[in-house]
Amino acid sequence: MLSYMPIQASAHAAEIDQMTILVHWLMAVLFVGWGAFFIYVVFRYRSGANPKASYEGAKGKISKGLEIGVVIAEMVLLVFYAIPAWAKRVKQFPPENEATVVRVIAEQFAWNIQYPGPDGKFGRTKPELVSADNPIGLDRSDPVAKDDVTEINQLHLPVDRPVLVHLSSKDVIHSFGLYEMRVKQDAIPGMSIPVWFIPTRIGEYDIACSQLCGLGHFRMRGFLSIQSDADYRKWMDDELKGLRPAR
Amino acid sequence: MDKSATHHPTVAHPHVEHAHEELGFWRTYVFSVDHKWIGIQYAVTGLLFLLFGFTLMMLMRWQLAYPGRPIPLIGGLFGQDKAPGGIMLPEFYNQLGAMHGTIMVFMGVVPLAVGGFGNFVLPLQIGAPDMAFPKINMMSYWAYFLGGVTMLASFFMPGGAAQSGWTSYPPLSVINQGQQTMWLIGMMFLITSSLLGSLNFITTTVQLRAKGLSWMRLPFFVWAQFVTSFLLLLAFPPLEAAGILQLMDKVAGTSFFMPSGLVVSNRIVTSMTGIAQGSVASGGGNPLLWQHLFWFLAHPEVYVLILPAMGIVSEIIANNTRKPLWGYRALVYSLVFLGFMSFIVWAHHMFMTGMGTTMSAFFQTTTMIISIPSVVILTALLMSLVGASIRFTTPMLFALAFLPMFGIGGLTGLPLGLAPSDIHLHDTYYVIGHFHYVVAPGTIFALFGGVYYWFPKATGRKMNDLLGQLHFWGSLVAINLVFFPMFIEGLAGMNRRMYDGGAQFAHTKSVLYWNVVQGYAAWALGLFQLFFIVNFFMSIKWGKAVDRNPWEATTLEWAAPSPPPHGNFLTEPIAYRAPYEYSVPGAAKDFTPQFEPERA
Repeated sequence: MLSYMPIQASAHAAEIDQMTILVHWLMAVLFVGWGAFFIYVVFRYRSGANPKASYEGAKGKISKGLEIGVVIAEMVLLVFYAIPAWAKRVKQFPPENEATVVRVIAEQFAWNIQYPGPDGKFGRTKPELVSADNPIGLDRSDPVAKDDVTEINQLHLPVDRPVLVHLSSKDVIHSFGLYEMRVKQDAIPGMSIPVWFIPTRIGEYDIACSQLCGLGHFRMRGFLSIQSDADYRKWMDDELKGLRPAR
Repeated sequence: MDKSATHHPTVAHPHVEHAHEELGFWRTYVFSVDHKWIGIQYAVTGLLFLLFGFTLMMLMRWQLAYPGRPIPLIGGLFGQDKAPGGIMLPEFYNQLGAMHGTIMVFMGVVPLAVGGFGNFVLPLQIGAPDMAFPKINMMSYWAYFLGGVTMLASFFMPGGAAQSGWTSYPPLSVINQGQQTMWLIGMMFLITSSLLGSLNFITTTVQLRAKGLSWMRLPFFVWAQFVTSFLLLLAFPPLEAAGILQLMDKVAGTSFFMPSGLVVSNRIVTSMTGIAQGSVASGGGNPLLWQHLFWFLAHPEVYVLILPAMGIVSEIIANNTRKPLWGYRALVYSLVFLGFMSFIVWAHHMFMTGMGTTMSAFFQTTTMIISIPSVVILTALLMSLVGASIRFTTPMLFALAFLPMFGIGGLTGLPLGLAPSDIHLHDTYYVIGHFHYVVAPGTIFALFGGVYYWFPKATGRKMNDLLGQLHFWGSLVAINLVFFPMFIEGLAGMNRRMYDGGAQFAHTKSVLYWNVVQGYAAWALGLFQLFFIVNFFMSIKWGKAVDRNPWEATTLEWAAPSPPPHGNFLTEPIAYRAPYEYSVPGAAKDFTPQFEPERA
């Protein structure tokens, strides 16, 4: 099954996939069991082979056993896998000083990225400042905004360091889908939702919008570059140099 | 109230009183208050909408298989604003997508399963002369009809039909082009229709059961319709309210679902009634409120789609195994529990909206719990086959196929119902595969089985078995070729609702060829439906004429003539025993109908 899935490029991807595979094993056992039983009874009890039906029908407690088995399997999945794994995703965020922190602001049909720059603080944004040149409405008069780096559809991140994304949207609901990272989170206007992961493989990946957002939904593709720490620093330095002649 | 139809069945020969009353053409065939004719109106309209909704999908499948290539043969019919030069535009694709879902769920499956089968079969099965409120019943059909007309008309209006998915999530649905307003008005009619219908079904089942027909003697189909009616009655009002709120956001500039500070195409949204107009939008709304209200209906709605199907399948299985259903009581209790639980699982559709641990733990747990009664029902139906003497009639083929198909649909719900595995699969084709297995080769197969099964009751003639078998086997193969590859596409990360089938993205390149396979399978599936359509119309006229109980069945509808007259039964039916007394030891025949008096 893994061969059908995209590569695992984040620290938690294997855990998610392990659970997905376990659930599929449960499904396969149930389906093959049911299916084999089904084919057998349909063949065995066709009217040609069994002209007189039994009023009493099946005896025994196989079905009880099956139902209890399903309950136990689902409880194990829930208690030992699903609930703890979800808690890690939505509760145990990395501390901001140990993570690459970035804002992602979705719009029809692009991903806007805001890096806080060397000061580690995001500059203020205002809806009334939004324009084609300033798609997130960054207020450059804000002192902490001066070193903020903004990108469109280009998300660069260093490998092996936790990433904390503050996700929001300017217009409609989008969904931030990083398939290789096993990350998906709706970007909802009016809300800022944190997402975190640790990229573990250097490479180029897609950001795929996963929630219908209008005509251009199908081409709302961003580019995620996971780079070595040195490459990332170099890229970031170049971007910061580009900022100097303040617009 | 219509006096003729509300007689308590203890009044002997309820039909006699109005047998002389001649109704004209309009009151017999158009504005009929007879539950059987309303049922047939519902069923035929529902079948036509199913065909129409499926046609929309066959068009979309072309675009998915061959993105940007002109639609062959009929491409020129859609006009410049939908498909210039026969090439489908993204706005047309999104209209087809939104309307396919809306039509199949609200105008196809539910009207056929509840309005059609419920109306036709339920009063007969409980031995009633008609529904409790025949005129309300008629209103219910006509509200549905108006809803359907509204939805269809929207295709031809400026901007075309709604294009924000059948889920109509704001803010997109509010700011998007397309006739979202017509969609909302159409939904009002459809919801009203369901509310009127469900009230009627509940009252009828409680009040008009024949003498001797205690609750535990009810056919399982009646139980299924009864629980379904409660789901409709309790779940639809929140969506009706939500629909009105969205309509206000759309036409009156309110902001129930519109947050502050929206910026669309780099311009601040000033008024929801048109970005260009000047008045300032208040903002302060919450898009997630819509999702909660929508799924509070739309999850029970899933059970509205599946429970009547389970009811139909149970009837057909009992009849064609020639033995009682296994575990009747467990089936009934599971059904009621399923209905209750369906109200507290809705937010498992919303794991990706930023849900915390407590909420997600709650909804994951309820979702796992709701799988248990489904397992009980499926197992009981399978165990019913043990010791049977199975007749492979056409309805039975569909009922048998329902079991593994619904099995796949149910099982694939598990990884979606657990939030961590849902991260990868949410909004991919895996979801589409999952719910289509439940509704298409699941519910719709059961509905076809029901048409073949009750057709003799409605018309006095049987449908052709050879055409029925061709319809069945062809559909079974084709439909699996359409839907099974979706699980592979979903695992690969192919997103749903993509105009080009996901061709833009690197991670889905390896599974794109399935789009072509699914295209051909979908068109083949369309061709196999011709066997059904021909059979349906041919059999009305030339089908083999049958008596009142051609399947040698046990429930009360088979006591009435085929087709039953106005008022249904020639003598007042009395239920003497449980619904599925087949192969009773010591009995002369292998079926002992509910309506057959005990021998002294």
